[in-house]
Amino acid sequence: MSSSAIDTTPQKQDGGFFDKLRNSKSFRYRVSVGIRLIIALFLIFFSVFPVIWVFSASINPIATLAGQTLIPENASFANYTELFSSEVFPYWRWFWNSIKIASISTVLSLSITTLAAYAFSRFRFQGRTNMLKVILLIQVFPGLLAIVAVFLMISDLGDIIPFFGLDTHAGLILVYMGGAMGINIWLMKGFFDTIPRAIDESAMVDGASHWQIFTRLLLPLMRPILIVIGILSFIGTYGDFILARVLLKSTEQYTLMVGLQIFTAGQFAQKWGQFSAGALIGALPIMIIYLSLQDYIVGGLTTGAVKG
Amino acid sequence: MGVVQLRGNEKQTKSSSSASSLILRIVLLAVFDVFAVWFIMRAFTNEAFLLVFFMGVIALLFNVVFLRESFYPVRWMSVGYMFMILFVIYPILFTIFIAFTNFGDGHLLTQDQAITQLQKELYLPEEGEAFGWTAFRTEGGDYALWLIDANGDPFLAKPGEPLVPGVAGENGVGELDSNNIPDSIDGYSKLNTLLAASDENLPNILFGEEGATIQVRSPSEAAQLKPLYAYDAESDTLTDQETGRVFTAVQGTYTSIDGQELIPGFRANVGFENFTRFFTSSSLRGPLVRIIIWNFAFATLSVLTTFAMGLVVALIYNDPDFPFKKLIRTLLLIPYTIPPLITIIIWRGMMNPELGVINNFLQAAIGFSPPWLNDAGWARLAILIVNLWLGYPYFMLITSGALQSIPKDIYSAAEVDGASAWQQFWKITLPLLLVSVGPLLVASFTFNFNNFGLIFLFIAGGPPIAGASTRAGHTDILISYVYNLAFAGGRGADYGLASAITIVIFIIVGTITLFQFRYTQMWEEVGENV
Repeated sequence: MSSSAIDTTPQKQDGGFFDKLRNSKSFRYRVSVGIRLIIALFLIFFSVFPVIWVFSASINPIATLAGQTLIPENASFANYTELFSSEVFPYWRWFWNSIKIASISTVLSLSITTLAAYAFSRFRFQGRTNMLKVILLIQVFPGLLAIVAVFLMISDLGDIIPFFGLDTHAGLILVYMGGAMGINIWLMKGFFDTIPRAIDESAMVDGASHWQIFTRLLLPLMRPILIVIGILSFIGTYGDFILARVLLKSTEQYTLMVGLQIFTAGQFAQKWGQFSAGALIGALPIMIIYLSLQDYIVGGLTTGAVKG
Repeated sequence: MGVVQLRGNEKQTKSSSSASSLILRIVLLAVFDVFAVWFIMRAFTNEAFLLVFFMGVIALLFNVVFLRESFYPVRWMSVGYMFMILFVIYPILFTIFIAFTNFGDGHLLTQDQAITQLQKELYLPEEGEAFGWTAFRTEGGDYALWLIDANGDPFLAKPGEPLVPGVAGENGVGELDSNNIPDSIDGYSKLNTLLAASDENLPNILFGEEGATIQVRSPSEAAQLKPLYAYDAESDTLTDQETGRVFTAVQGTYTSIDGQELIPGFRANVGFENFTRFFTSSSLRGPLVRIIIWNFAFATLSVLTTFAMGLVVALIYNDPDFPFKKLIRTLLLIPYTIPPLITIIIWRGMMNPELGVINNFLQAAIGFSPPWLNDAGWARLAILIVNLWLGYPYFMLITSGALQSIPKDIYSAAEVDGASAWQQFWKITLPLLLVSVGPLLVASFTFNFNNFGLIFLFIAGGPPIAGASTRAGHTDILISYVYNLAFAGGRGADYGLASAITIVIFIIVGTITLFQFRYTQMWEEVGENV
């Protein structure tokens, strides 16, 4: 039992019958498991309660914050139908926009990141370490004011190629691409580094080019980290509201996060039920992806962590 | 070994570019160049010079990188660098540039634009060329003016239209009388002297087309308006033609000797003025000191609480045989899977002091309902609780992975030596854990240091600090304060100061990041890895 290694129950020095019981390995283990299960219940309550609460709000026909009880009377899906049929809030449109933007951004930025990480891992060239340092340092620059510059640039760009202008999804995706050369390069490069170079070298002896080695040999091996970084970047883009809110103007073009944020402006407490319904459905895609692929993600995150 | 590999690698790089791939590369580059030239020309005609510049730089780099064999590795990252230059590097340079200017409300224009705008301001000279006038009015309240200049020539003037010579029979003008004044104009009726003199609208109406407008100056005279300010390019001064005051440009505002300022001002380089203000201005110091202290406290406490809770949870369930282990982990992971925006708004609803579930419960249970959103201390606590909920699952994941990697025989040895579980934790588990998780703690610190989303969405920095000279709240951190300065309005945007603060933040978190690498030897790893 490795439990003895991380045993959190304090050891006491009593005498008598209870002492014997306490020192009996199986008894102590059972008590400790019992206590830990109780703690787990509390933790689960802390973690899940807001979600349950929101679900309860979403099926409560009294759609205000004040009128909510944990187990609603006359539970119904009125909030959902009202939200989905609303003319002012094109919910499914926002939902689709978010999925579309996040998917395209993820695929594109993943390609950029993987290509760059391959080069950083497999080639030795001048300025390599400096480039890696700069990429990391840039990440901590607070980009809030820089949004003004991004806005002006996309506005200018839209005058030349309207497809990429303000209030377009293409323009927003373009801006998200700016973050592709980010911290993920480090994570990905670390993973490339774990693949022995002997594999490449033997392929090179057989006359394979770098491109062939990259696509045929290494990419299949990279599958786990590609999934992890893909999901992380999907979640990041899906959850972004600052850039999307600045660059998208018309209600039709909003992403779900922008829509939900606008939704809560004004008489927030009055629209609580509808917001809850929208939030729950909005959180669903990521929750499903995450929970179904959690082993992958946990593996990817922890290898990154342990590698430091 | 490393050197040998390096040489071999280079040789293979060269041999790997076969003829067909060379042709493909050149064709693609040519297509890109055609696009770049077209783009630059369009940008030039649109006067988007920044885009001209950046596209030019990018096109140049692309050509160098794709034609010179020695840049082969950079080709793999060229597209990434393109986007990085456009949407990361340029915005950063922009912010740095703005930090040294007075850019903000009242200083949005360039100097030329400001001068042009100031020169549009007019005044009615008390002397100078004048007309005799007669007023006409329609039923609907439109006015026309019949003017007679010094030579006795008549003109017809309507608001917004150019002056036309007054000729009977044209433009609906009726017969002229002996004074060269028509009896009637189609649709208009003549106002007699008394009516005209007592008409309240008449003195405020600008007749004639823009730039040469004529206004009624006195019951007998109308005159053309003149520009109020005369600009002298040589001395860079504006002179008020009415009063004779001279205005000189001082840090982006035309100012007279007695301190009068002209609006609008213009963008100007103010050197380190914004930074000096940040560090020394007494009106800013009050809120700023509080904000900085809270900023550090918030980031530190956020990291400590999320890490501690994540670690404790990971330790409790770090047991392969623990029942329902997978289920527990899945349920505990849920907070991490919900987009933060949604989470934060949900908590805002739950912590609503009058209506929220938490307060209703506490009121019923202990008879006290914490003023989460209205009291500084409670608001801060609320933010930390929400951030704990958001952040601990991440550290739970990370630490449970890291715990696996600690060799088990260390613990066996410690047990043999009689170390208690408590000692084992402090002497073995924590130090070893910190080695691998340390960088992530620092990353979490820098992230939370600038956690704008949380502060903004949860409480928008509130409750406000009373008597602050700029908009500031008790839970504002530097970056949300920057947002208030730049975008929230109220007392006028000040992009210059906001940018300066941004740079100060960058220096703080940048230094911390660099320090971290120094101590974790991450740089060395970058250099030596593989």
